[in-house]
Formats: sequence, C-alpha cells, structure tokens
Amino acid sequence: MNKVLMKGNEACAEAAIRAGCKSYFGYPITPQNEITAYMSKALPKIDGGVFVQAESEIGAIHMVYGCAGSGVRCMTSSSSPGISLKSEGISYLAGADLPCVIVNVQRGGPGLGTIQPSQADYFQATKAIGHGDLKIPTLAPNSVQEMVDMTVKAFEIAEKYRTPVIILADGLLGQMMEPVSFGEIENNAAQYPYGAYGHGNKRERNIINSLYLDPLKLEEKINERFERYAKIAETEAAAEYDKDATIVVAAYGSTARVARSAVDKARAEGINAGLFRPQTLWPFPVKQLKEATGNAKAVLVSEMSMGQMVDDVKMALEFKLPVEFYGRQGGFVPNPDEILKKIKEISNN
Amino acid sequence: MNKTYEILTAGFGGQGVLFGAKLLAEIGLLDGKEVTWFPAYGPAMRGGTCNCSVVISDSPIGSPVVSHPNLLLAMNGPSYDKFIGIVASGGKAFVDSTLADTSASSAKPADGVQVFNIPATKLALDNDIVGMANIIMLGKLIKETGFASAETVEKAMKLVTEGKEHLYDLNMKALKIGAEY
Repeated sequence: MNKVLMKGNEACAEAAIRAGCKSYFGYPITPQNEITAYMSKALPKIDGGVFVQAESEIGAIHMVYGCAGSGVRCMTSSSSPGISLKSEGISYLAGADLPCVIVNVQRGGPGLGTIQPSQADYFQATKAIGHGDLKIPTLAPNSVQEMVDMTVKAFEIAEKYRTPVIILADGLLGQMMEPVSFGEIENNAAQYPYGAYGHGNKRERNIINSLYLDPLKLEEKINERFERYAKIAETEAAAEYDKDATIVVAAYGSTARVARSAVDKARAEGINAGLFRPQTLWPFPVKQLKEATGNAKAVLVSEMSMGQMVDDVKMALEFKLPVEFYGRQGGFVPNPDEILKKIKEISNN
Repeated sequence: MNKTYEILTAGFGGQGVLFGAKLLAEIGLLDGKEVTWFPAYGPAMRGGTCNCSVVISDSPIGSPVVSHPNLLLAMNGPSYDKFIGIVASGGKAFVDSTLADTSASSAKPADGVQVFNIPATKLALDNDIVGMANIIMLGKLIKETGFASAETVEKAMKLVTEGKEHLYDLNMKALKIGAEY
C-alpha cells in the first residue's frame, strides 16, 4: 500500500471522508486548523457533502446535534478552549443517544493557555466532558497512522453504541507529518433508522430529545445508557504494552512516543523498563495495565500535564504499586533524556 | 542511507525552512524509511525564527522532536547561535554564511562537529533564483552526507513541487549550485 506524507490533522480529515463522513461543522482554532481547512476544500466536491464554518464552537456542536439527529454521520473538531465551549452540546448529544465524532487536538490551558501541544484535557475528556451522568469513549492516537485508524474506529464505536466519541490528540500529532496509508477504509455510512427525517407518515415518528421530566423515565434511560457503557468498558478498552517489565512507564499520545525512546534507552543500559500505552482513555484499559505490571515494582506516569492520568493508573492497580509522575507543561514536549533520568532514579531506589 | 538522521532546519519565516525539511522527509519516505516531520508552529513563524525537526530512521521513531541533531541547517545568524551548541558530536552543520557569521558568533559547536559555510543567499541572488537559498543549502547537505541517490532526490522534488511544476527546474538548479559549491 502506497504511503503518503501527511499532517495528522489532514490525515484525520481524509480518513473521516473515506469512512463516509460527508458532514463537518467547525470553527477555527490552532493547532487543529488543518482539519477544518481540509474539510472546507474536500467536502464541497463530494456529492451530498456539507461543510459549515459555524459562528462559534457552540454553533458548530449544535449543528452536529442537528445533523446526527437527522440520522447523518457527522463530526466536528477543535482544540482545548473550543472543546470547553462545545461541552454543552456534547452533553445534549449524549443525552439524546446520538453518534458523532469530536476531535480534540489539545493545546495548553487553562484559558487560552498556549497553542503548543498539551495533554491537560484528560480529566475533561474522561471525567467531565459535560453535565449529567455520562461517559464518552475517548481514543488516544500516537501517530499520524493512528489518527487515521482511530478516526475510522471512532465512527464505528459511535454508531454501534449510539454515543459521541472523542479523539484526544494533541498539537504535536496534529502538526506532525508522517508517512500514512489509508488501506481499505470501508464507506459504510447509512442513515440512522432512529434519525428524525421525513418518512411520509409511513412509520412512527422518531423523537430526538434529552429532556425527561418524568423521573422514572429519566432513571430508566440513564440505567439503559450505563448498560451500554458497561459493554463499551468490557469490549473496547485497548492498550499496547511490553510484558514483564520491572519499571513500567505509562504514557499516551505523543508522550508515549517520547517514553518509547526513553524506555528503549533504559533497556540498552540494562534497566528492565517497559512501556504501557493506553489507546483508549475511557474506558481505561485496566486489565491490560494489570497484565503489563504483573512483574513491576513501580510505575512512572508521564504526560504533558500535571499528572491527570495518575489517578486512573493508581485505581486500576488498586493502589498496590508505587506510582511516580514526570510531566511537562506550558507547551513543552518532554524529551527522552528527561524521562530516562526519572526511570533511572526509580531503578536506583 | 543506513543510519538515523536527526535533522533540524532553522531560519527566518519565509526562507523555506519547512519546505526544505519536507523535501528531506519525502526523500526518506521514498527510500522506504520511517520518517517524521514536525514544525515549531506558532506566531514565531511570522518573520521571526522558525525551525523544523525531521527524523529519518530504519526503525520506528520515538520522539519526533529533535533535541540533538546530527544534521543542522542554519539559515541565519540567530538560528546558528541558538542551535549550533546542541549538534551531536560527529554531526554536520550547514550554515548560510551570507546571513550568519560563524566566526563572530559566541556560540561554539561541540568537538567533532563539522561546520560548512555556504553563502547560499548570495548564490541564489547571483543565479537569479532568489528565495531558493534553502535548496542550495540542501544541495550541499545531500552531497556532503551521501543522503540519497540523485534519482531519489529528483523523485522527491517532483512530489514536493506537484502542482507548481514550473518550480521543479529552478529547484533542481538550486540543488546543483549547492552541490557544486
């Protein structure tokens, strides 16, 4: 299969189109602009393609709500401050059980922060993306190829379980170019049977709604939704990891690549280090982490944040192993030597 | 190519720092290597200094951010001052000597770093290809490192100038000027 050199952002957009996503609604923000730009060029050329640059992120996510509500595959993308604005709409989409894909190419925060890469939206994505009892499957690519593969996967999960899905990338993945292959992406988009679209009175009307004033009905709805979440947790959690390491470095996304270099350097120096890389952040790959740490004496979490994944790692390990943290903030990407230094410190303890 | 190249290209915004890096990345891709290209993106690109990391390797690439380049392309004085000190021992630095005076700089290369001065901006001006100093520099880099075959370089140049075919010949001319300097 021929490989082409592409930015992560562009590859994500191209993958979505190949998977049959013809509707995109967005609002510009660095470092994800290439997704919006790519869609603005490509979608008008496709039969039935819709590209709208909305008046704001809030406008864009509610256009997604309307589009998914009419039963049509669709997506939006933004970066950290923009995702905060989308949070209301995401909660409505979850409350109405509508599939869609939301890409967050993270930058530093809080506030406007910086346009440089960051991973400080882990809590937001996995714990509190919107109000109400809800969870959103969150995929964490670490290469341009995974920006492609996970975009395809995101639509699959979204439609299988009727839920929004987040792709949690970062500025480095969005801006970086790597050789990428699109393989055989199946365009299997079909109008959702539960969508609110014209049917000539030939069936019962479909209702798209997140308001349930009857407590019994809302409770029932939430319980049903959490059964789906349980199924997602059981079947969709994914991770890549080394086995039998004594010191396990847990990192996702761009940081996992840096951590890979650090782990390889540590091994070359005789330290039995290994990498654990979650590919889904919710559901967190608990079983996989337990397997990866079967032989471990300590875990080092590394992130471009103050350590937002640390709690999930500790809980997954039932607080049985010491968990250390090394991170950079402010838009800095850690370098392998920094992580290696921390691995050595732990190794010498 | 049979080693890992960790390349940093740096200069003013507008000098083609990213484009030059893209040519190198395409060459790596055509040679069947693992490749990453990562620009320092941001407001610094508007007339300020700008740089781009390229890694080309036989094995999967960990960090795409180059912190100790073994090849540096410095297109101006500030870039030379900022990055010459981090070039790995045994590495090579290519400097546009029209815009950077290496002898006057307080920054010094580590032992074992080879520095090539090429008056690329002047050469571009003299040869009526203003704006292609970056490619002249790459011509020299490719020649001095045995980076890739002439055939691969031609193919990569075709790819990066796709849609702007009139620039292909001029770019090839620039490569030749650099290689022959």
